[in-house]
Amino acid sequence: MAHIKLLNEELPGIVGLLNYRPETGKPLTDLAEVLLRGPSSLSSGEREIIAASVSYWNGCHFCHTSHAAAAAAHLKSGLSLIDDIKAGLPQTPVSDKLRSLLHIAHQVQRNGKNVTEEDVAEARKFGATDIEIHDTVLIAAAFCMYNRYVDGLGTWAPGPNEAYAEMGERMAHVGYGKF
Amino acid sequence: MIATYVSRLNTCKYCCNIHGAIAQHQLGNNAEIVKQVLDDPDSAPISSKMKALLKIAAHVQSGGKNVTPADVELARKEGATDIEIHDTVLIAAAFCMYNRYVDGLATWQPDDAALYDKMGEQRAREGYLTAPFKVNPTQELV
Repeated sequence: MAHIKLLNEELPGIVGLLNYRPETGKPLTDLAEVLLRGPSSLSSGEREIIAASVSYWNGCHFCHTSHAAAAAAHLKSGLSLIDDIKAGLPQTPVSDKLRSLLHIAHQVQRNGKNVTEEDVAEARKFGATDIEIHDTVLIAAAFCMYNRYVDGLGTWAPGPNEAYAEMGERMAHVGYGKF
Repeated sequence: MIATYVSRLNTCKYCCNIHGAIAQHQLGNNAEIVKQVLDDPDSAPISSKMKALLKIAAHVQSGGKNVTPADVELARKEGATDIEIHDTVLIAAAFCMYNRYVDGLATWQPDDAALYDKMGEQRAREGYLTAPFKVNPTQELV
Protein backbone atom coordinates (compact mmCIF):
# COMPACT_ATOMS: atom_id res chain seq x y z
CA MET A 1 0.00 0.00 0.00
CA ALA A 2 1.28 3.44 -0.93
CA HIS A 3 2.10 6.12 1.63
CA ILE A 4 -0.95 8.08 0.47
CA LYS A 5 -4.46 7.00 -0.41
CA LEU A 6 -4.58 6.72 -4.18
CA LEU A 7 -7.76 6.94 -6.25
CA ASN A 8 -7.16 3.51 -7.80
CA GLU A 9 -4.99 1.23 -5.73
CA GLU A 10 -4.83 -1.43 -8.44
CA LEU A 11 -2.69 0.74 -10.70
CA PRO A 12 0.99 -0.08 -10.19
CA GLY A 13 4.03 2.14 -9.81
CA ILE A 14 3.85 5.50 -11.49
CA VAL A 15 0.53 4.71 -13.18
CA GLY A 16 -1.38 5.09 -9.93
CA LEU A 17 0.39 8.37 -9.23
CA LEU A 18 -0.32 9.83 -12.69
CA ASN A 19 -3.96 8.91 -12.14
CA TYR A 20 -3.96 10.50 -8.65
CA ARG A 21 -2.65 13.90 -9.74
CA PRO A 22 -3.16 14.44 -13.47
CA GLU A 23 -1.97 18.09 -13.33
CA THR A 24 1.56 16.87 -12.62
CA GLY A 25 0.97 13.57 -14.40
CA LYS A 26 0.58 15.21 -17.78
CA PRO A 27 3.94 17.04 -17.91
CA LEU A 28 5.62 13.92 -16.50
CA THR A 29 4.25 11.72 -19.28
CA ASP A 30 4.88 14.39 -21.92
CA LEU A 31 8.53 14.47 -20.83
CA ALA A 32 8.84 10.66 -21.04
CA GLU A 33 7.17 10.66 -24.46
CA VAL A 34 9.55 13.18 -26.00
CA LEU A 35 12.66 11.82 -24.27
CA LEU A 36 12.09 8.17 -25.06
CA ARG A 37 9.93 8.14 -28.19
CA GLY A 38 10.47 11.55 -29.80
CA PRO A 39 12.67 12.02 -32.90
CA SER A 40 16.30 11.25 -32.05
CA SER A 41 19.46 9.84 -33.56
CA LEU A 42 19.45 7.44 -30.60
CA SER A 43 16.91 4.68 -31.16
CA SER A 44 14.05 4.29 -28.67
CA GLY A 45 15.52 0.92 -27.73
CA GLU A 46 18.83 2.57 -26.83
CA ARG A 47 17.10 5.32 -24.86
CA GLU A 48 14.97 2.80 -22.94
CA ILE A 49 18.18 0.89 -22.10
CA ILE A 50 19.57 4.10 -20.57
CA ALA A 51 16.34 4.65 -18.61
CA ALA A 52 16.22 1.05 -17.41
CA SER A 53 19.89 1.04 -16.42
CA VAL A 54 19.57 4.23 -14.36
CA SER A 55 16.45 2.83 -12.70
CA TYR A 56 18.34 -0.35 -11.80
CA TRP A 57 21.20 1.67 -10.30
CA ASN A 58 18.61 3.60 -8.27
CA GLY A 59 17.12 0.32 -7.04
CA CYS A 60 13.67 1.00 -8.52
CA HIS A 61 12.17 -2.36 -9.49
CA PHE A 62 9.05 -0.99 -11.21
CA CYS A 63 10.85 1.53 -13.39
CA HIS A 64 13.76 -0.76 -14.21
CA THR A 65 11.63 -3.73 -15.22
CA SER A 66 9.02 -1.77 -17.17
CA HIS A 67 11.56 0.25 -19.16
CA ALA A 68 13.72 -2.81 -19.77
CA ALA A 69 10.57 -4.53 -21.06
CA ALA A 70 9.99 -1.51 -23.32
CA ALA A 71 13.58 -1.78 -24.60
CA ALA A 72 12.98 -5.48 -25.25
CA ALA A 73 9.81 -4.62 -27.19
CA HIS A 74 11.67 -2.07 -29.34
CA LEU A 75 14.63 -4.38 -29.94
CA LYS A 76 12.52 -7.57 -30.21
CA SER A 77 15.09 -9.15 -27.94
CA GLY A 78 12.92 -11.09 -25.51
CA LEU A 79 12.54 -10.39 -21.80
CA SER A 80 15.99 -11.80 -21.01
CA LEU A 81 17.17 -8.25 -21.77
CA ILE A 82 15.78 -7.25 -18.36
CA ASP A 83 18.40 -9.33 -16.55
CA ASP A 84 21.08 -8.45 -19.11
CA ILE A 85 20.61 -4.77 -18.26
CA LYS A 86 21.00 -5.57 -14.57
CA ALA A 87 24.28 -7.28 -15.39
CA GLY A 88 25.56 -4.33 -17.44
CA LEU A 89 25.01 -5.89 -20.87
CA PRO A 90 28.09 -8.14 -20.95
CA GLN A 91 26.98 -10.16 -24.02
CA THR A 92 24.41 -7.87 -25.62
CA PRO A 93 25.50 -6.43 -28.98
CA VAL A 94 25.22 -2.73 -28.25
CA SER A 95 27.48 -0.05 -29.73
CA ASP A 96 30.55 1.38 -28.03
CA LYS A 97 28.82 4.72 -28.35
CA LEU A 98 25.89 3.47 -26.25
CA ARG A 99 28.28 1.98 -23.70
CA SER A 100 30.07 5.33 -23.38
CA LEU A 101 26.70 7.10 -23.01
CA LEU A 102 25.67 4.57 -20.35
CA HIS A 103 28.83 5.46 -18.46
CA ILE A 104 27.84 9.14 -18.59
CA ALA A 105 24.35 8.17 -17.40
CA HIS A 106 25.85 6.26 -14.48
CA GLN A 107 27.89 9.31 -13.49
CA VAL A 108 24.76 11.48 -13.64
CA GLN A 109 22.89 8.97 -11.51
CA ARG A 110 25.45 9.46 -8.72
CA ASN A 111 25.66 13.27 -9.03
CA GLY A 112 25.71 15.58 -12.03
CA LYS A 113 29.18 16.80 -11.11
CA ASN A 114 30.58 13.29 -11.54
CA VAL A 115 30.44 13.68 -15.32
CA THR A 116 33.98 14.56 -16.39
CA GLU A 117 35.44 16.08 -19.56
CA GLU A 118 37.06 12.69 -20.15
CA ASP A 119 33.69 10.92 -20.02
CA VAL A 120 32.31 13.31 -22.62
CA ALA A 121 35.45 13.06 -24.79
CA GLU A 122 35.16 9.29 -24.75
CA ALA A 123 31.55 9.46 -25.92
CA ARG A 124 32.50 11.90 -28.69
CA LYS A 125 35.30 9.54 -29.71
CA PHE A 126 32.64 6.91 -30.38
CA GLY A 127 30.57 9.34 -32.41
CA ALA A 128 28.18 10.80 -29.82
CA THR A 129 26.81 14.20 -30.84
CA ASP A 130 26.03 17.11 -28.54
CA ILE A 131 22.31 16.37 -28.73
CA GLU A 132 22.90 12.72 -27.85
CA ILE A 133 25.03 13.71 -24.85
CA HIS A 134 22.40 16.26 -23.81
CA ASP A 135 19.61 13.73 -24.06
CA THR A 136 21.59 11.04 -22.22
CA VAL A 137 22.17 13.40 -19.29
CA LEU A 138 18.51 14.47 -19.27
CA ILE A 139 17.17 10.91 -19.50
CA ALA A 140 19.43 9.86 -16.63
CA ALA A 141 18.42 12.92 -14.61
CA ALA A 142 14.72 12.40 -15.35
CA PHE A 143 14.86 8.80 -14.17
CA CYS A 144 16.49 9.95 -10.95
CA MET A 145 13.23 11.87 -10.55
CA TYR A 146 10.80 9.14 -11.67
CA ASN A 147 12.50 6.47 -9.52
CA ARG A 148 12.30 8.65 -6.41
CA TYR A 149 8.66 9.53 -7.14
CA VAL A 150 7.63 5.90 -7.51
CA ASP A 151 9.58 4.61 -4.48
CA GLY A 152 9.21 7.74 -2.33
CA LEU A 153 5.44 7.25 -2.22
CA GLY A 154 5.75 3.51 -1.61
CA THR A 155 3.79 2.41 -4.68
CA TRP A 156 3.28 -1.29 -5.32
CA ALA A 157 5.00 -3.09 -8.19
CA PRO A 158 4.41 -6.48 -9.77
CA GLY A 159 7.28 -8.89 -9.12
CA PRO A 160 8.13 -11.17 -12.04
CA ASN A 161 9.57 -10.02 -15.38
CA GLU A 162 6.72 -11.66 -17.29
CA ALA A 163 4.22 -9.38 -15.59
CA TYR A 164 5.78 -6.45 -17.48
CA ALA A 165 5.66 -7.88 -21.00
CA GLU A 166 2.39 -6.29 -22.05
CA MET A 167 3.25 -3.00 -20.33
CA GLY A 168 6.57 -2.92 -22.19
CA GLU A 169 4.84 -3.45 -25.53
CA ARG A 170 2.43 -0.60 -24.82
CA MET A 171 5.18 1.75 -23.70
CA ALA A 172 7.13 0.95 -26.87
CA HIS A 173 4.35 1.01 -29.45
CA VAL A 174 1.58 3.16 -28.00
CA GLY A 175 3.61 5.56 -25.88
CA TYR A 176 3.30 7.48 -22.65
CA GLY A 177 0.28 9.30 -21.31
CA LYS A 178 -2.02 7.07 -23.26
CA PHE A 179 -2.85 4.51 -20.56
CA MET B 1 11.96 25.95 0.30
CA ILE B 2 11.81 22.28 -0.52
CA ALA B 3 13.44 23.00 -3.88
CA THR B 4 16.34 25.02 -2.48
CA TYR B 5 16.88 22.56 0.38
CA VAL B 6 17.05 19.51 -1.90
CA SER B 7 19.32 21.41 -4.28
CA ARG B 8 21.66 22.11 -1.36
CA LEU B 9 21.69 18.40 -0.47
CA ASN B 10 22.55 17.65 -4.11
CA THR B 11 25.22 20.41 -3.93
CA CYS B 12 23.85 22.18 -7.00
CA LYS B 13 24.94 25.79 -6.60
CA TYR B 14 22.79 27.30 -9.32
CA CYS B 15 19.55 25.61 -8.33
CA CYS B 16 20.09 26.15 -4.59
CA ASN B 17 20.82 29.85 -5.06
CA ILE B 18 18.03 30.65 -7.48
CA HIS B 19 15.32 28.73 -5.64
CA GLY B 20 16.54 30.14 -2.35
CA ALA B 21 16.14 33.63 -3.82
CA ILE B 22 12.66 32.80 -5.13
CA ALA B 23 11.67 31.44 -1.71
CA GLN B 24 13.04 34.55 -0.04
CA HIS B 25 10.96 36.83 -2.25
CA GLN B 26 7.86 34.74 -1.71
CA LEU B 27 8.38 34.95 2.07
CA GLY B 28 8.32 38.74 2.28
CA ASN B 29 11.96 39.10 1.24
CA ASN B 30 13.16 37.24 4.30
CA ALA B 31 16.65 35.95 3.52
CA GLU B 32 17.20 34.83 7.08
CA ILE B 33 14.54 32.09 7.03
CA VAL B 34 16.03 30.59 3.87
CA LYS B 35 19.53 30.64 5.32
CA GLN B 36 18.37 28.92 8.50
CA VAL B 37 16.44 26.26 6.59
CA LEU B 38 19.51 25.49 4.50
CA ASP B 39 21.71 25.30 7.61
CA ASP B 40 19.35 23.23 9.77
CA PRO B 41 15.62 22.90 9.10
CA ASP B 42 14.90 21.56 12.61
CA SER B 43 15.97 24.81 14.25
CA ALA B 44 14.62 27.17 11.56
CA PRO B 45 11.60 29.43 12.26
CA ILE B 46 9.20 27.37 10.14
CA SER B 47 6.14 25.31 11.02
CA SER B 48 6.42 21.77 12.40
CA LYS B 49 4.58 20.63 9.31
CA MET B 50 7.28 22.13 7.05
CA LYS B 51 9.98 20.52 9.18
CA ALA B 52 8.33 17.13 8.76
CA LEU B 53 7.93 17.65 5.00
CA LEU B 54 11.58 18.71 4.66
CA LYS B 55 12.57 15.46 6.41
CA ILE B 56 10.59 13.56 3.78
CA ALA B 57 12.27 15.63 1.06
CA ALA B 58 15.73 14.80 2.46
CA HIS B 59 14.89 11.10 2.45
CA VAL B 60 13.64 11.29 -1.13
CA GLN B 61 16.91 12.96 -2.10
CA SER B 62 18.98 10.12 -0.66
CA GLY B 63 16.74 7.47 -2.23
CA GLY B 64 12.98 7.02 -2.61
CA LYS B 65 12.91 3.91 -0.44
CA ASN B 66 14.38 5.94 2.43
CA VAL B 67 10.97 7.52 2.99
CA THR B 68 9.48 5.44 5.80
CA PRO B 69 5.90 5.08 7.05
CA ALA B 70 7.15 6.81 10.23
CA ASP B 71 8.25 9.86 8.19
CA VAL B 72 4.80 10.05 6.63
CA GLU B 73 3.06 9.51 9.95
CA LEU B 74 5.00 12.40 11.48
CA ALA B 75 4.00 14.69 8.61
CA ARG B 76 0.35 13.70 8.97
CA LYS B 77 0.51 14.30 12.72
CA GLU B 78 1.69 17.85 11.97
CA GLY B 79 -1.26 18.37 9.63
CA ALA B 80 0.13 17.45 6.21
CA THR B 81 -2.49 16.22 3.74
CA ASP B 82 -2.02 13.45 1.18
CA ILE B 83 -1.65 16.00 -1.61
CA GLU B 84 1.00 17.90 0.35
CA ILE B 85 2.94 14.69 0.97
CA HIS B 86 2.58 13.76 -2.70
CA ASP B 87 3.80 17.16 -3.87
CA THR B 88 6.70 17.20 -1.41
CA VAL B 89 7.95 13.87 -2.73
CA LEU B 90 7.51 14.98 -6.34
CA ILE B 91 9.19 18.36 -5.83
CA ALA B 92 12.13 16.66 -4.11
CA ALA B 93 12.30 14.07 -6.89
CA ALA B 94 12.05 16.73 -9.59
CA PHE B 95 14.96 18.66 -8.14
CA CYS B 96 17.01 15.47 -8.14
CA MET B 97 16.42 15.67 -11.90
CA TYR B 98 16.99 19.42 -12.39
CA ASN B 99 20.16 19.44 -10.27
CA ARG B 100 21.67 16.56 -12.25
CA TYR B 101 20.69 18.17 -15.59
CA VAL B 102 22.31 21.48 -14.69
CA ASP B 103 25.48 19.97 -13.20
CA GLY B 104 25.69 16.97 -15.54
CA LEU B 105 26.16 19.26 -18.53
CA ALA B 106 28.55 21.52 -16.57
CA THR B 107 26.55 24.67 -17.21
CA TRP B 108 28.01 28.05 -16.29
CA GLN B 109 26.70 29.10 -12.87
CA PRO B 110 27.21 32.66 -11.55
CA ASP B 111 28.51 33.44 -8.07
CA ASP B 112 26.95 36.89 -7.70
CA ALA B 113 24.31 36.95 -4.94
CA ALA B 114 22.79 40.15 -6.32
CA LEU B 115 22.20 38.39 -9.63
CA TYR B 116 20.30 35.49 -8.00
CA ASP B 117 18.34 38.00 -5.97
CA LYS B 118 17.21 39.81 -9.11
CA MET B 119 16.39 36.57 -10.95
CA GLY B 120 14.59 35.24 -7.86
CA GLU B 121 12.47 38.37 -7.58
CA GLN B 122 11.41 38.04 -11.23
CA ARG B 123 10.49 34.37 -10.87
CA ALA B 124 8.63 34.91 -7.60
CA ARG B 125 6.55 37.57 -9.35
CA GLU B 126 6.14 36.04 -12.82
CA GLY B 127 6.42 32.29 -12.34
CA TYR B 128 8.48 29.94 -14.49
CA LEU B 129 7.06 30.41 -17.95
CA THR B 130 8.22 33.94 -18.81
CA ALA B 131 11.43 34.76 -20.66
CA PRO B 132 14.55 35.25 -18.55
CA PHE B 133 16.51 38.48 -18.77
CA LYS B 134 19.95 38.15 -20.30
CA VAL B 135 23.02 37.70 -18.16
CA ASN B 136 26.54 37.87 -19.57
CA PRO B 137 29.22 35.50 -18.36
CA THR B 138 30.94 38.64 -17.08
CA GLN B 139 27.99 38.67 -14.72
CA GLU B 140 26.66 42.05 -15.69
CA LEU B 141 22.91 42.31 -16.02
CA VAL B 142 21.87 43.24 -19.54
